[in-house]
Amino acid sequence: MAQMTVIEAVRSTLEEEMGNDDRIFLIGEDVEAGGVFRATEGLSKTYPGRVIDSPLAEASIVGIAIGAAHYGMRPVAEIQFADFIHSAFDHLVSEASRWSYRTNADAYLPLVVRTPWGGGVHGGQHHSQSIEAYYTHVPGLKVVTPSFPADYRSLLKASIADPNPVLFLEHKRTYRLIKQEMDGAPAETRLGKSRIARKGDDLTIYAYGLMLHESLAAAEELAKDGIECTVVDLLTLLPLDVETILEAAKATGKILVVHEDTLTGGFGGEIAALIAEHAFEYLDAPIRRLAAPDVPSMPYHHVMEDFFMPDKDKIAAAARDLAAY
Amino acid sequence: MTTTRTSRKPRSRETIESYLLSEHQLEDMYYYMLLARRLNERMLVLNRQGRAPFVIAGAGQEAAQVGAAMAMNKGQDYLAPYYRDLGMNLVLGMTAREAMLNLLGKRDDPNSHGKQMPSHWGNVERRILNGSSVVATQLLHATGIALAAKMKKDPIVAVTCCGEGSTSKGDFHEALNFASIHKLPVIFFVQNNGYAITESTAKSMAVPNVADRARGYNMQSAMVDGMDCIAVYQTVKPAIDQARRGGGPFLIEAKCYRLWAHSSDDDDSRYRPKAELEEWAKKDPVTTFRDRVESDGIFPREDLEEIEQRVEQEVRDAAQWAMMQPDPEPEDALTHVYKEL
Repeated sequence: MAQMTVIEAVRSTLEEEMGNDDRIFLIGEDVEAGGVFRATEGLSKTYPGRVIDSPLAEASIVGIAIGAAHYGMRPVAEIQFADFIHSAFDHLVSEASRWSYRTNADAYLPLVVRTPWGGGVHGGQHHSQSIEAYYTHVPGLKVVTPSFPADYRSLLKASIADPNPVLFLEHKRTYRLIKQEMDGAPAETRLGKSRIARKGDDLTIYAYGLMLHESLAAAEELAKDGIECTVVDLLTLLPLDVETILEAAKATGKILVVHEDTLTGGFGGEIAALIAEHAFEYLDAPIRRLAAPDVPSMPYHHVMEDFFMPDKDKIAAAARDLAAY
Repeated sequence: MTTTRTSRKPRSRETIESYLLSEHQLEDMYYYMLLARRLNERMLVLNRQGRAPFVIAGAGQEAAQVGAAMAMNKGQDYLAPYYRDLGMNLVLGMTAREAMLNLLGKRDDPNSHGKQMPSHWGNVERRILNGSSVVATQLLHATGIALAAKMKKDPIVAVTCCGEGSTSKGDFHEALNFASIHKLPVIFFVQNNGYAITESTAKSMAVPNVADRARGYNMQSAMVDGMDCIAVYQTVKPAIDQARRGGGPFLIEAKCYRLWAHSSDDDDSRYRPKAELEEWAKKDPVTTFRDRVESDGIFPREDLEEIEQRVEQEVRDAAQWAMMQPDPEPEDALTHVYKEL
């Protein structure tokens, strides 16, 4: 297999899995024509009747997928932009997440909701947001945030096979930016597992999505100056791989958590709290969080967008500070 | 636990011309309506005794619920109910004992094992969807069931219930829209009981009837006297049969009345005119049904009294039995967050 982009990883996995299991169907806005990012390109022709265009009503996309999943189908719903998922919040939080809990697992929902998230695409306030922290607060859901194409493939398969509702977050900036040679590429097949993507003794960086790639690029640059970073690709945010997170923290004692979401109440706080609670005696410096500033959402103009988003240089600068502590 | 009631007398299944129903069906109607009412009454007593923290009942809506549920193919069709639907659940197989387990949040309540408030029904085996306290979400879930059934070419119908208050929510409109676009086998059964907690219907909608809302979605609709179990059955049955044959969704508005307060925590005298309540109480669906079948000579008085005694006995037994059943363990709060296969 040659190189593959993130978007092709998603598309090809949907195509293969639909071929393997006729209970799988897709529902979302514009999916019949291939979707605005082309994640479902060609699938309505290959699988007639199993790629369903929905009205522009996100609550109905998720609500209807819930009913179909309960019936025994394997719906993969698409919310066109993560920014639009909020009208389906009720169905994910009040309904889907509790389906198993409130029936003592008599009933369950093999449901996947895919959605493109994240910025760096001049998407402004409503096509750029990070929404993960709203949902990582909801036990009963699983929240998956791959970064590399091989993991997109393996974790999308795992999400479809999972009997629980999974929010599968696809970073839209990486769709065509990130390519990977698929032969021999590591691929995590289990939800709830993180991977140490790079090993180094000086400090540990935690990231996911686009920020994972920015962190790896920063680590590469820092290595030239003799600063060696461990980089943890979180992969799944809920349930969280506490073991790997703590192991990576203990190995270096200096912690940098990076995310594109705004700082306060962002997911980095959870990583920081876990480490402070369970690995305090291994720490050699205060835990550092690098995140977007606390403003309502990502601004449109590229000057402000660049200012808003963490990137390789900001990560490297924060890491140098931390290494020198 | 077996679930079907057994008549003490053999009842004919032959259709009675003036009712288009058999003696067997008519006895079922009376039995289930009465059972729902007596259970709700006993639940309220348990609440006032301090044994049950919360009751939310369907008094006044028994005819609507029993008539609609009897029109379903039990074990085949799906129900996405709302919290007043005790009567529907009884018809679809819930026992009086189970209803009491549910009231008390007991470990063995098949609906939710103590995890949810009472009257949040759900039973996989009986094809009853579990739901939350958020109104109208179940309409979309039922639509999803119907979509899946249509995709698989299964001859099932999804019936979903709500009050008229729920029809102002976006979920109602999104569900009707999608169901109508795809001509799905789903019945939206709205029990218009006149009140959304304290708000009378006029505060919820600018149209006089919920059924009017169907026009905006090019959906067939009907209104029926929800205090008349027979009329409800005769309205819902053809709608279900038609949906099963591929005729698409149907909105049915049963005009009924909430005879009690919203819940055990509500005082309806604050907002409901007494004269209005008295007027509707004359149309009580349980007593009017009894009077009709008695005066028409379908069942002699002693037969009706026998059914009433049987129901009383069943309700008393259910309450006493359920109170002795085990509570959940505290740590049960931690279980089944995720389904493991």
